[in-house]
Amino acid sequence: MKKIFSLVEHRRGEIPDVSYELLTKGRELAKQENGEFTALVLGHNVKEFAEKIKKEADRVFVVDKEFLKEPNAEAYQIVLSDILKKESPFLTLIGHTALGMDLASSLATSLNIPIATDCVGIDIEDTGKMPVLLVTRQPYNGKLNAKVSFAAGSQFMITVRQGAFTSEQGNLSGKIIDIASPIEKEPDYRKFIEYIEAVVGAVDITQAEVVVAVGRGIKEKENMSLIEELANSLGGVVACSRPIVDADWLPKDRQVGSSGKIVKPKLYIAIGISGAFQHIMGMKNADTIVAINKDPNAPIFNEADYGIVDDLFKVVPVLKNKIKELKAS
Amino acid sequence: MNIIVCIKRVPDTADAAVNIDSSGKDIVKDRLTFDINESDNYALEEAILLKEKLGGTVTIVSVGPPECEDTLRMGLAKGADTAIRITDERFTETDGFAIAEIIKSAIKDLDFDLVLTGCIATDDGASQVGPTLAELMDIPHATLVTKIDVNNGVVRVHKELEGGLTEVFDIKLPALFAIQTGINEPRYASLIAIRRAAAKEIKVLGAGELGIEEVSLKTKVESLFRPPVAKHAEILQGTPDEVSTKLAQILLSS
Repeated sequence: MKKIFSLVEHRRGEIPDVSYELLTKGRELAKQENGEFTALVLGHNVKEFAEKIKKEADRVFVVDKEFLKEPNAEAYQIVLSDILKKESPFLTLIGHTALGMDLASSLATSLNIPIATDCVGIDIEDTGKMPVLLVTRQPYNGKLNAKVSFAAGSQFMITVRQGAFTSEQGNLSGKIIDIASPIEKEPDYRKFIEYIEAVVGAVDITQAEVVVAVGRGIKEKENMSLIEELANSLGGVVACSRPIVDADWLPKDRQVGSSGKIVKPKLYIAIGISGAFQHIMGMKNADTIVAINKDPNAPIFNEADYGIVDDLFKVVPVLKNKIKELKAS
Repeated sequence: MNIIVCIKRVPDTADAAVNIDSSGKDIVKDRLTFDINESDNYALEEAILLKEKLGGTVTIVSVGPPECEDTLRMGLAKGADTAIRITDERFTETDGFAIAEIIKSAIKDLDFDLVLTGCIATDDGASQVGPTLAELMDIPHATLVTKIDVNNGVVRVHKELEGGLTEVFDIKLPALFAIQTGINEPRYASLIAIRRAAAKEIKVLGAGELGIEEVSLKTKVESLFRPPVAKHAEILQGTPDEVSTKLAQILLSS
């Protein structure tokens, strides 16, 4: 029987959405293949999590050890590699998260299993002989999709992008199984020290009704005033995508995206932002989205309600004046 | 502190239109400009900063065609000491695992304390080579690294997590870090340094020198296609003046 495993992540008492999405997808694929679906929970005092997700899987494997209190990729790798060697699942799903990025490629390599990362689609096609596993990825910052196949084998690993699949509550009655750990403490080469909270700035972009966000397309720091003026004309705040923070043109608390802030304003205007998924994660739930970008195939247009395909330097100054005129009339 | 930096030369697709070529498995590259991958550039800068602070050497490694040498020379001009280009006909079709194996065979006998890579390549977006290479070399690693402090063989690492949270941990050297953008401010090379670097030798290694008979692929791109669009924006048509008028009306009426 085909076994499918999904790793349930948790940090500081919370299970991220992507873990529920993986539970749903893993369960679906196991059902399709008449297989067995197992959720993996590593941590300390995680009985509560195991109870919470036992409807989601046929089995819930729990490794409960004090050294697993914080998700440490190197410790996770030792524990998971032990489990996966014994269980030999056909497919292991891990979130393409900060933890998953440290863990999965290294774990797959240690087990000599083919891996595809940051996938947005998973299909098992029945060709009559062997079922063929295919994934969809989004290279070139989401501008294209790629269908990717694996080398022949009996075990595979996939990391999955947050939000790629929906989550639904399961109705299984999973058996909670305690699994022994091959180690009793974290390896001495990686030791957790602490978390540092995100810095709170003067402007809270998550509270604004109008957010005008700027990206790489703005090119020079001097041009940032264009965006500020537009935001002012609309009574909104200025936010940005990652490259603007990397260049130090705006503080980190203005960054919209998976590693920054999640915003849900009434109006979101994305200027010179192509729309890498990390950014999309932070703004896709805005009521109205407007995008201004010169590349007609920029993924941001797939999220936007209204788009202008043109050079932002030609459009933004005129747009600001039109708004002022209309407001005055 | 001897540091190896793995760099990739990639097409700049952030601001450019990306089109699929006739094979259906790759993109049309002739009208794109190429440069060092963004996060690799930060990794290179971090290596040079560490060298300036702690001494030692910086070796840069890249797998790719002769044009890669421009990227490597720019690295030399910025402050790297040695450059290695790995190339072979057998390496035309690769994946993250294959690249990690190839790089491993080129650096395994070098004297190093630290290996740095970028945390994501802007072309394939796989974030795979760093952690895979670390596992093949049997050294600890971390990705999305935003700060490195070296202290007596132990590195205090800052790693970016979701939602702006930072995880701090200690990692023992030798180690590999996949560097996140924004960790530093990458420098520009001076014209004099660029001129000097033009004369420097770049070591070229092929499959023979590396003892690789064939590259084993774990994954393969079967096809590229445009992402299906669930909902596409209503594109406003006209001159900048016309579209601005339309948009201003929409914005102020909602």
